[in-house]
Amino acid sequence: VSTAASPTLRVCALYPDLMNIYADRGNLLVLERRCAWRGIGFQLTRCGLGDPLDEAVHDLFYLGGGQDRDQRLCSEDLVRLKGDPLRRAADRGAVVLGVCGGYQLLGRSYELAPGEELPGVGLVDVRTVRPPRVQRLIGNVAIEVLLDADSRKPGAEGPRRGPGGSEAAGDTILAGFENHGGRTLLGPGAQALGRVLRGHGNDGRSSLEGVRRGSVIGTYLHGPLLPKNVWFADWLIATALRIDLSELAPLDDALEWEAHRGARRAAGI
Amino acid sequence: MAAPLAPKLALARAVGALSRLRGGGATSAPGKALLRLEPHAIGALGGRLRRGSALISATNGKTTTAALVASILAQEGVPLVHNRAGANMSGGIASTLLAAAGPGGSIAGELGLFEVDELWLPRIAAELRPRAILLGNLFRDQLDRYGELETIAERWTQAVREGPGRAARLVLNADDPLVADLGRGEPASLLYFGVDDDTLALPGMAHAADAKHCRNCGSPYLFDAVYLGHLGHYRCPQCGQARPAPTVSATDVRLEGVRTASFTLHTPTGDGRVELALPGLYNVYNALAAAALATALEVPLASILAGLESTRAAFGRAESVTLSDRELRILLIKNPTGANEVLRTLILEPGEHDLLGVLNDNIADGRDVSWIWDADFELLAGRVRRVICSGTRAEELAVRLKYAGVDPERIDVQGDLSSALTAAAASDGAPLYALPTYTAMLSLRELLAAGGQTRGSLS
Repeated sequence: VSTAASPTLRVCALYPDLMNIYADRGNLLVLERRCAWRGIGFQLTRCGLGDPLDEAVHDLFYLGGGQDRDQRLCSEDLVRLKGDPLRRAADRGAVVLGVCGGYQLLGRSYELAPGEELPGVGLVDVRTVRPPRVQRLIGNVAIEVLLDADSRKPGAEGPRRGPGGSEAAGDTILAGFENHGGRTLLGPGAQALGRVLRGHGNDGRSSLEGVRRGSVIGTYLHGPLLPKNVWFADWLIATALRIDLSELAPLDDALEWEAHRGARRAAGI
Repeated sequence: MAAPLAPKLALARAVGALSRLRGGGATSAPGKALLRLEPHAIGALGGRLRRGSALISATNGKTTTAALVASILAQEGVPLVHNRAGANMSGGIASTLLAAAGPGGSIAGELGLFEVDELWLPRIAAELRPRAILLGNLFRDQLDRYGELETIAERWTQAVREGPGRAARLVLNADDPLVADLGRGEPASLLYFGVDDDTLALPGMAHAADAKHCRNCGSPYLFDAVYLGHLGHYRCPQCGQARPAPTVSATDVRLEGVRTASFTLHTPTGDGRVELALPGLYNVYNALAAAALATALEVPLASILAGLESTRAAFGRAESVTLSDRELRILLIKNPTGANEVLRTLILEPGEHDLLGVLNDNIADGRDVSWIWDADFELLAGRVRRVICSGTRAEELAVRLKYAGVDPERIDVQGDLSSALTAAAASDGAPLYALPTYTAMLSLRELLAAGGQTRGSLS
């Protein structure tokens, strides 16, 4: 476990060779640089098909987007080899972030086509279906992350200003790009990550986007997600390291907030 | 067919002229009007071409490859109908044919040479019944528009295995597993091209590489050499499927910075050294593809060599212009693999560079700008003296460069392109390169032309 004196963020990238279609590397790079700029260590382990997963030595697990073909290759391996360790890691509070195709595989199942259902790892109570002949949901998207009383959850810290910017209240909004054929449906006990301000979200109907159970998060937002939403990157880092967000040294995020505004502008807010 | 078509051609021309007057989409408007009047106009007009048509498709290099082929065929004196400006969907191709169509079923040209958008290939092939189809490469590109790579691979399979496309001579890149696979089981009508030069091999596969798994059995390929993206010498240890041996190949490749490249071309009719006035390995692939298509069209080697060497940079592809006495070289970037090759070529030049990066997210660029995070800007990070970021998503590019390792002090965000251009012109002392996306490149050329700064490097 990381100590406050010399913390290290230990990240495990799941199937980085296959599940990387929407520039998922950008998300990992943002975590790495923001740790380095603060003197926090960063370790990246790549865990691919057939590799065992040692859940005890990682603070954050990342599963990115993939094509249907890649998802088929990964889903069985994920359920069989990585399911139990991932559940144990999530139970002890490690961060698990699934983006796009990765989000779909964190749920119970993904019905790619009638009669073809990929198993998911079931970390969150969602399932994804793709009815025949429906349009893909594509475009810029912005969501407001749902607040709740638990101070460890995103947005609850109140407005935080980037030292270089004067952004107020921007830090409950995530902006990005979505491109998915699947419609993700929340189970009765599942909580969405956010409310759709612009774009399609989980299913194009419910105005809900993503899912969140404690430190397990799934979202369709790529673009990639973290470079233009660095407040969220910092929340992930703090949560994974089990420290308070206020313990992270401030950075000059003037460019990052500009990019955030650019992504929101593209989404129409 | 000709008689009932004539009034439709006239009407479509009138509609096109009207649309131009009203400032509408100039290139493809008459073609679109024609297709509304006569859905099979492409087939009808294409049928007038005495020597038939050749189609070129690829993620990267369509326009340059077609320009190289046109230059080769010019050596032979073949009159072409060619969508030179790169309007490569049905409207653009119909416009090109309409412009060449004459009275009484005539057409001003003998051979059709068309670059075709990846998604439109099956429909255009069904209309034109081409003699030859050249397929260059398939990389991840504009996922919001094209969907997943597999979707395009399936459409291409449909284009070459079904319907009139079956009769075409296929010219395929042996080094791209996705493309080479289209030729499996096809007999003699097939011609493969590829690079054979191990000195070019990269230490590993780029992050953005796709097609890492066997098309036949799904096992990871073993790459004996990776040349560019996922192009290289590959084989499957599980089922034995491997890169086919190419009939037309390049050896002894020399890359000379942002200006030139050279290689030895091997064809069934002989070999020769090619000195290209185009930079980078990606242009060696384009030249090799053009040589292979010309070989399939039975053009003699001497004309192939002369045609390749006399080709100058196409529209915004390593084109050089003068900006207030500063040389500005425009290098189009539009997807990770293409951008990586441009970056790889740029770092062959010594010293620090000034850059003007222009990132747009218009429909023709792809609305999704994620791809810049898949491009290896890290390659260039230590070599940037100053970078001006512009375009509709200028800030996103600035953040990308910051995380690639460029000192934020060296990054200047100027969303407005004409201010960015003024700022770029103001300093001196380092080479200046513009890296625009597609619509940004068009805007950049317009601004430069308005200032009288473009040299006529086209044609």
